[in-house]
Amino acid sequence: MISMTLLYYVAAVLFFAVAFFSAKDKRYSSALFWFSYGLIFLLGDFMPPALVGALVVLMALVAGFGGVKGGVYQTLELQQRLDSVKRLGNKLFIPALMIPLLTVFSVLVLVHIQGDGWSLLDQKNVTLSALGLAAFLAILAALYLTREKPQQALKESSRLIEAIGWAFLLPQLLATLGLLFNQAGVGETVSQLTTLYLNLNHPLLAVACYAIGMALFTIIMGNAFAAFPVITAGIGIPLLVIQHGGDPAIMAAIGMFCGYCGTLLTPMAANFNIVPAALLELPDKNAVIKAQAPTAVLLLGVNIILMYVLMF
Amino acid sequence: MPDFSLWPLLGIAVVMLGFLLKFNPVLVVTVAAFATGMAVKMPILTWLESLGTAFIKTRNLPLILLLPLAVIGLLERHGLREKAQGWIQNIKAATTGRLLLVYLALRESTAAAGLTSLGGHPQVVRPLLSPMAEAAFEKKHLTLPDKIKFKIRAMSAATDNIGLFFGEDIFVAFGAIILMHTFLRESGIETDPLHIALWGIPTAIAAFLIHGSRLLRFDAYLARQLKDKLKQAPQQEQRHD
Repeated sequence: MISMTLLYYVAAVLFFAVAFFSAKDKRYSSALFWFSYGLIFLLGDFMPPALVGALVVLMALVAGFGGVKGGVYQTLELQQRLDSVKRLGNKLFIPALMIPLLTVFSVLVLVHIQGDGWSLLDQKNVTLSALGLAAFLAILAALYLTREKPQQALKESSRLIEAIGWAFLLPQLLATLGLLFNQAGVGETVSQLTTLYLNLNHPLLAVACYAIGMALFTIIMGNAFAAFPVITAGIGIPLLVIQHGGDPAIMAAIGMFCGYCGTLLTPMAANFNIVPAALLELPDKNAVIKAQAPTAVLLLGVNIILMYVLMF
Repeated sequence: MPDFSLWPLLGIAVVMLGFLLKFNPVLVVTVAAFATGMAVKMPILTWLESLGTAFIKTRNLPLILLLPLAVIGLLERHGLREKAQGWIQNIKAATTGRLLLVYLALRESTAAAGLTSLGGHPQVVRPLLSPMAEAAFEKKHLTLPDKIKFKIRAMSAATDNIGLFFGEDIFVAFGAIILMHTFLRESGIETDPLHIALWGIPTAIAAFLIHGSRLLRFDAYLARQLKDKLKQAPQQEQRHD
């Protein structure tokens, strides 16, 4: 019932609302950006792919040349906010906590509500449709508690979407780039290069090379899942498993974690690093990466030692 | 020289150069996508088509960020951040570092049990965790310069990421375990998914120890930063929120 299509329509409404508020504010390039985004969510399945591609290029150009500017939204005065805190007390936490708790509850329990060819949650995208259900119930609770009109909820989501701005587009654009890299054969080229130039006879060198290779290729691709097949086929299996006889389960487990160390270090993993910086309104978009860097580098070193000790 | 084409790597070069020169990331990625298409001699219409198809296929990605925003915005309007801050300021033992350490432990252990939705940047870090982390420091040092606030916020986001990444990967039904198992099987190597998950535990513990000890030293670090900052410009730093 809560299908992906339904969630895409909800997203379209949210994006159109941002477009509406920015057009009202005479920020027309922002309005164009959010309207195109909404259009792709609403009609994407019916549009010719080349047209969607053209819209994406248009959005990227508008965003890339600074056309997506944040708006000014009216907030309540501090005194009104504090009055509201006094009136609602701990109840304010309820809708906020409903989102994570109801999502988990839906994933574990409500997922079983289904009949003939019908189910409450989308069985292929359980987490997302559970999140959709949780957010819907939480918004009802929040509207009831704060006695606001639904329009205000649209305004508030627009305020936060505009605070994130162009960073919103980045995760999807990067995933698109990843798919294009696959089509162009980037992975094959990298694994051909590594087998051509790397001839590692000592297991510690081979382990270090695999671990650092996973981290570096993740930094480039922004995604450890994309790096794993390439680096494991190029270095891991031929060197660590076949030549040095290491345990493949250990290699895979720790190798993937080396990739995650790379994820912590790269702007290409936008949804974990750049988007949160925008969401928390940090002026330096790399601030989250900088906070993560010492942990990531130390952990990569520990991973190399662990892999060497446990595998050989 | 290798006897195969290096042209597919052009996009990677563009990405690295673009990020190094600090161009707008959206622009960098678009140019990289274009360069990759041109390097493998893709006709422009085919390029637009594959761009569009990939974009349609990845529409699920922004949802996780988008869906909670209306609730969070509405509650922020009515003082959720102030409430969260007041609550943490009542706990005497709470410091920024300790609060984040407790969150790291909760986030990593629940993710290891497969409960990855108990957390996240839009749902928890922005409305609850980062205001509390700021307030826990603020109660001792009444005025916080922006620079310190931004450091606390960035560390809050970093802690959520680290807890999630190194927790979820030891949950046996997690996508990454399935991906590794399937890939190794296709390469002719049989493994037990449970073994892959179990061999992740030493790294998960190391991640907790490394990041946890950084968090415990974070309070002292912040206090030092604040002292330097105030020494530099005692008049300029005023609260303005």
